[in-house]
Amino acid sequence: MKYNSVFDIIGPVMIGPSSSHTAGAARIGKAARHLLGEEPAWAKIYLYESFAKTYKGHGTDFALAGGLLGFETDDPRMSKALEIAKEKNITIEFIEDTAAADHPNTARLCIGNDHHSIELTGISIGGGKVEITELNGFQLRLSGNHPAILIMHNDRFGAIASVTKILAKNEINIGHMEVNRKDIGKDALMVIEVDQNVDDAIMNELERADHINQIAKIVS
Amino acid sequence: MFRTVEELVKIAEKENILISEVMIRQEMEVKETSRKEVFSQMEKNLEVMENAIEEALEGVNSVTGLTGGDAVLVQKYMKEKTPLSGNLMLDAVSKAMGTNEVNAAMGTICATPTAGSAGCVPGTLFAVKNQLNPTREQMIRFLFTSGAFGFVVANNAFISGAAGGCQAEVGSAGAMASAAIVEMAGGTPQQSADAFAITLKNMLGLVCDPVAGLVEVPCVKRNAAGSSLAIVSADLALAGVTSRIPCDEVIGAMYRIGKQMPSSLRETGEGGLADTPTGRLLKEKIFGMTV
Repeated sequence: MKYNSVFDIIGPVMIGPSSSHTAGAARIGKAARHLLGEEPAWAKIYLYESFAKTYKGHGTDFALAGGLLGFETDDPRMSKALEIAKEKNITIEFIEDTAAADHPNTARLCIGNDHHSIELTGISIGGGKVEITELNGFQLRLSGNHPAILIMHNDRFGAIASVTKILAKNEINIGHMEVNRKDIGKDALMVIEVDQNVDDAIMNELERADHINQIAKIVS
Repeated sequence: MFRTVEELVKIAEKENILISEVMIRQEMEVKETSRKEVFSQMEKNLEVMENAIEEALEGVNSVTGLTGGDAVLVQKYMKEKTPLSGNLMLDAVSKAMGTNEVNAAMGTICATPTAGSAGCVPGTLFAVKNQLNPTREQMIRFLFTSGAFGFVVANNAFISGAAGGCQAEVGSAGAMASAAIVEMAGGTPQQSADAFAITLKNMLGLVCDPVAGLVEVPCVKRNAAGSSLAIVSADLALAGVTSRIPCDEVIGAMYRIGKQMPSSLRETGEGGLADTPTGRLLKEKIFGMTV
């Protein structure tokens, strides 16, 4: 089931004009900011299909920028997000990509600052609901119905155990888990869907665990 | 958890509860939260809808100037003349269009199920309320009933124009509103399902062809169509008219039709009304480029 709450249907409360192209875009931008862990200094945003054809009319551009600035879908500053980003010296570039995408509302965001960057692909599936389908070259299969923790780590023994040990200690149940790596001993990604919301204290503890590089959570 | 309208209606009939109650109980279970919490979150959405209608009736205009002011025109006409389609109907149409005028003007709205179709549910709610005199709780329940039907559509088909055309947006929104009107008027769960099916059947095949890719033309007036059809279908169902094709099969048909729609008719602003001489001219005026 893609949608699991009545508030996915009656909601979100948002600044117009489009739930897929404005509210959904803002949520993709916000997920990217969360995964970077801080405000980006630059962003290159590739837009596909309906996003590419109509982004100016729908305000997809300011909504993605608003998300990168950390705005919620109903933030009254939303339509001024591009100007606000400019004032903060954040450079945002939009590229209309003609390549075919699996979903008509697809955006690929490369964002970063001096120390690090991430690349994320998000799709806006309707009514403001979004899914993150790719992170740093790793395919994701997130249902979006449960809170999820994404952990970039080094492919070393003990990395997974150190994470699951912390979750067990805090009585967080894992509903679904995937581990992926680029090559032996290289970058790897853990995707963990959990039943309970994970608070910041636990996130901090996870971040300090062995072989963990970057961590982020997505709240359903 | 219900997956189909048939299951939804069965649960309501078996437990002898309203559709809205089925949705409320499911939400409490999924979110592991209290009835009070679920109600108060929905009441906030209701307030947003109410405020958007108020804003619309004072008159709004979009940045492009393509839309705005029609809700006010209709209200004025209702006061000065005797509308052929009746006051309740035109009140719903005016409030539905008004909500979408606020949306086009980048005001604050509640997506139901989407922003482009945000007018149908609140437009009909705030019109039928003047005749049915519901309690505040019943008004909130109207949104849960709408949501229950939208939930089935979203999980079995689609609710976005980019995925399935306008039939998925205004089609779903109008149908959701029909089902909720029936419950508020005292109809049975099955009558809600019939009203939903009748509206969606009449929206099948509707394409998403926004001029210049903007959620303005024809979106605002499509909400007039969705909201008026919602009231007609609700009346038909309350009169005892049933849908020959079951609700879930209508949703299935909507899904297959959407899958067959070319991308030019799914919110790319390339086909249909967007690709008329005037549509192209408006786009050129707004963005300074040709289609």
